[in-house]
Amino acid sequence: MPLLRFIAGRLVKGVIVLIAIATMNFFLIRAAPGDPASVLAGEAGAADEEFLRQLRQQFGLDQPITTQLWIYLTDIITLDLGFSYRQGRPVLDLILERLPATLLLTGAAFIFSLTLGIIFGILAARRAGKWSDSVITTGALFFYATPLFWIALMSQIIFALWLGWLPNTGFRTIGAGYTGLRYALDVGLHLILPATTLGLFFTALYTRMMRASMLEIAGSDFVKTARAKGVPEGRIVRRHIARNAILPVVTLAGLQAGQIVGGAVLTETVFGWPGIGRLMFEALSQRDYQVLLGVFFVSSAMVVLFNLITDVVYRVADPRIEVGR
Amino acid sequence: MTVLAIDNLSLALPKLADRTYAVEGLSLDIDAGETLCVVGESGSGKSMTAHAVIGLLPSAVKPAGGSIKLAGRELIGLSDGEMRKLRGRDVGMIFQEPMTSLNPVMRISDQILETFESHRMFNAQQRMRRTFELLEEVGLPDPKYIARAFPHELSGGQRQRVMIAVALALEPKLLIADEPTTALDVTTQAQILKLIDELRRKHGTAVLFITHDFGVVAEIADDVAVLQNGLCVESGRAEEVLQKPTHDYTKRLLAAVPSLTPPPPKDLSGEPDALIVRNLHKTYGGRGFFGGGSRKVVAAKDVAFTIKRGETLGLVGESGSGKSTVGRCILRLIEPDDGFIKVGDTEFHGVPVRQLRPLRKRIQMVFQDPYASLNPRRTVGRIIAEGPEAQDVPRADAEKRARELLDLVGLGASSAHRYPHEFSGGQRQRIGIARALALDPDVLVADEPVSALDVSVQAQILDLIQDLQKRLGLAILFVTHDLRVAAQVCDRIAVMQRGEIVELEPTAQLFANPKHPYTRSLLAAVPGAHVKVAAA
Amino acid sequence: MKAFFKRFARNKGAVIGLIILAIILAAAVLAPYFYPTSPWRMVTRPFLAPMAMDGYWLGTDALGRDVASGVMHGARVSLIIGLVSTLTALAIGIPIGALAGYFGGLLDDALMRFTEFFQTIPAFALAIVIVAILQPSLFSIVIAIAIVSWPPVARLVRGEVLSLRSREYVQAAVVIGQSTPRIILTQVLPNTIAPITVMASIMVASAILLESALSFLGLGDPNMMTWGYMIGAGRTRLIEAWWISFFPGVAIFLTVLALNLVGEGLNDALNPRLSREGG
Repeated sequence: MPLLRFIAGRLVKGVIVLIAIATMNFFLIRAAPGDPASVLAGEAGAADEEFLRQLRQQFGLDQPITTQLWIYLTDIITLDLGFSYRQGRPVLDLILERLPATLLLTGAAFIFSLTLGIIFGILAARRAGKWSDSVITTGALFFYATPLFWIALMSQIIFALWLGWLPNTGFRTIGAGYTGLRYALDVGLHLILPATTLGLFFTALYTRMMRASMLEIAGSDFVKTARAKGVPEGRIVRRHIARNAILPVVTLAGLQAGQIVGGAVLTETVFGWPGIGRLMFEALSQRDYQVLLGVFFVSSAMVVLFNLITDVVYRVADPRIEVGR
Repeated sequence: MTVLAIDNLSLALPKLADRTYAVEGLSLDIDAGETLCVVGESGSGKSMTAHAVIGLLPSAVKPAGGSIKLAGRELIGLSDGEMRKLRGRDVGMIFQEPMTSLNPVMRISDQILETFESHRMFNAQQRMRRTFELLEEVGLPDPKYIARAFPHELSGGQRQRVMIAVALALEPKLLIADEPTTALDVTTQAQILKLIDELRRKHGTAVLFITHDFGVVAEIADDVAVLQNGLCVESGRAEEVLQKPTHDYTKRLLAAVPSLTPPPPKDLSGEPDALIVRNLHKTYGGRGFFGGGSRKVVAAKDVAFTIKRGETLGLVGESGSGKSTVGRCILRLIEPDDGFIKVGDTEFHGVPVRQLRPLRKRIQMVFQDPYASLNPRRTVGRIIAEGPEAQDVPRADAEKRARELLDLVGLGASSAHRYPHEFSGGQRQRIGIARALALDPDVLVADEPVSALDVSVQAQILDLIQDLQKRLGLAILFVTHDLRVAAQVCDRIAVMQRGEIVELEPTAQLFANPKHPYTRSLLAAVPGAHVKVAAA
Repeated sequence: MKAFFKRFARNKGAVIGLIILAIILAAAVLAPYFYPTSPWRMVTRPFLAPMAMDGYWLGTDALGRDVASGVMHGARVSLIIGLVSTLTALAIGIPIGALAGYFGGLLDDALMRFTEFFQTIPAFALAIVIVAILQPSLFSIVIAIAIVSWPPVARLVRGEVLSLRSREYVQAAVVIGQSTPRIILTQVLPNTIAPITVMASIMVASAILLESALSFLGLGDPNMMTWGYMIGAGRTRLIEAWWISFFPGVAIFLTVLALNLVGEGLNDALNPRLSREGG
């Protein structure tokens, strides 16, 4: 099965990437000013001598650096991401608890922005040079140039505070005790603003990419062939131009999945969305470096996994690439 | 019966173009079952004419007068919708580049079926049956397999056959072929020409055939129209025009087509060997990251030849035969796997790359693409002087030499401070030759030096190369796919197939009495080989 | 050169972008003349609305600091960080891309795996981690931005070099015996300047966005007034005093927009694809 072998190969590559990221984390801690143990303990924990001693022993900080690295990597591989003194809980537990909210937010934003981006891109390219193209490209440029967190703040003021249409912050209405469908609807309402503001920047990005890709494909020889066959214009756009133009956009979008995770830190912070981005912000203000590095590692792992999935989908979708190569 | 009648057609170019009309006052007719060749050099407006007929002109080019009638129906002024219905059903078209003319993510069958669907012809079952019939008719092996294939799984020749099947699917009255064989190898070209010819006889299709190649014209045309800068300078029955051209331009073009009869051989006895190649091997591929995957391609296998001072050896073959690789291996632009290369009395093989640099001046190269072979950011003078400077000649001397060489290749010393984009293709090729000669080499490797040029310019460059060879006593390895060119400039010819030299003979002997079957098939495929063309 | 300006000027957006950029540059240079005192200093009473009092036309923040002064001083930090981090990223990306593209083979494989690795990591999260661990400062911010933004440069340069090195004029340089460093420096790299310039102008824009996001999270240089910091500081009092966050955001938007417009203009002027098609 060449497809299975391909997936296996990519998995191995993904694991190598994750080990490399862990190694980088390890050296970053040592690049920080001060004793690694107190860096790891964070601001609050550094005062506790007992905790520091425990850390030194756990990370083998009195042993040679290669041994330390080995201990660190084996910890990571066994999913031991450390302990948060501040929260009094293992880092992995903290992250797993927050992960679903982030997956929901980033997933919604990704689907939203990719769908809209492709649609707008096709519309703009079809009307290249006309006013509707100008409206779309200007809009795309606007959201491409505006800081994501600022849009988040402004939409919070307008839609939640002034107009009162949507909830201001959080994941659900606290104390409402909703269940079932009502609960899903409540979460959905809370999701609208964060997902939209996170997705707008990427919608702009994908719109620009899709438009450029459409215009490039429209000049291809095979499009001329289709015209020479007498294929109706709408069908040329759908079956010949758009179908070929989407492939590179989807690949690029998959490769840039990491950017959405990064953007989630900002959106979650503004909207108080209880995901790992918000966790990262909290860790930042509490100087809880084990949590910070843990979130970084897990979000990288998410991106690696996501890239693998898009890669597999792409291999299956494009006949030109032989699976297994 | 007249299928296509073009009367006094003019096509206006946008304001900033270098002339007002792409085509001006053009009139021509094609009868059912006949082939009309429109011949011209690049920029003559021949391709625009074809696109005007099928209504696919670039948006900047507009018809500015005259009429195009297809089976009596006026095409100019038809709405987009009406024109669309006509395309594919009444006019079919095939293009130059088979590699990019098919949609890469659609199966072949879908691309043919789409033609029926677009014109709402037949039911699903009939469409499928007709698709297989068409694939069979254009001579594709195993139509069942081809129908399910994607374009990248087919060769260039096979793709062009699919294009023909697509164009002829609805049995149009007119087939437009825009340089359909220019991108193909000579043997494939012969097959495609034969196929087009057979199909138009069988179906009584009128063919509008655009080409720059008089050989192709001689092969298939019933009528000819010669275009120069948008004006039709001469038209008539093919044999008339080819044998008794009346217009000067036609005469010049015909005279520039190299003849297949080689000139009398030079006397090279007593000349020393300038280049000796023995046992040259090169294989590409075989290195995959996880072991398998990449295929091996043999580009050179036990290649051996010798060139004397003042002699030209032609290295002839189709694409993928390894001829260019051999040329580059000798220059050590590509590292050969194994081999003995001796330039004059210096052994060139096995020399470490660092010590190779001073030796490089003995063997130089002229490249194919006049647009890609000159650095756009440097003046012509610098481009030529860089060679001697790299060999530690003082800058002032090198620049003086550059000016002398520009004179020698006929451009004048004053062009030294101009940039490459200010020159035409032929002039750029002269600059490339001057650069190669700046190091006073003993051996020149010329890799398809004229194949990117129009035929009239081609003749001038070939004359220049031969003249310089006489004056400087150069040994030349002339790599080409064009047997006509080889016949005119080469003293001996080596025919390559799949990395091996299958035959190496003096030119006259090779043409008169080819021994290897591959040589014979190559010679037989040269378009217009058996048609008499007016001599210069 | 004249043709370059002509093509650039034909793009109206690019000209507008250049004008906006000139204004922001002027603001950055003239900030100490208009507002000689530190933008951190309290000048009048807090929460003063825009236009409410003469001389404080963008209002004041929660500590009575002048928003207009902050916006003008913030321009300096944004532009400096944008420029320096872009130059640093170019200094990392160009050599890596050039070596990978020119030499190919195993070196290319190794360098590109390395580049891909940095592209896979969520860029903003990495930047946060770097700045947090090294402690926020001008230096750590520039390093963090450079580290997350060099990979596209390396890929672009590699692609260009890869296509240029097989170009016949580069082969001609080998044939006449030029040395490899000389070929890379005189034949190959000068022909990659156009796409690199275009990319660099867009990179300055992204760097400014990235810096503002870091400052917003409290990772800005504590000694410098930045736009991102102002937005972050105003966020808790959003309902009463929207202007504290609003105006710095507009400043970021205008700067990034202008740089993108200029980038598009440069692209049109330096890669005249349309005019080449006609030739």
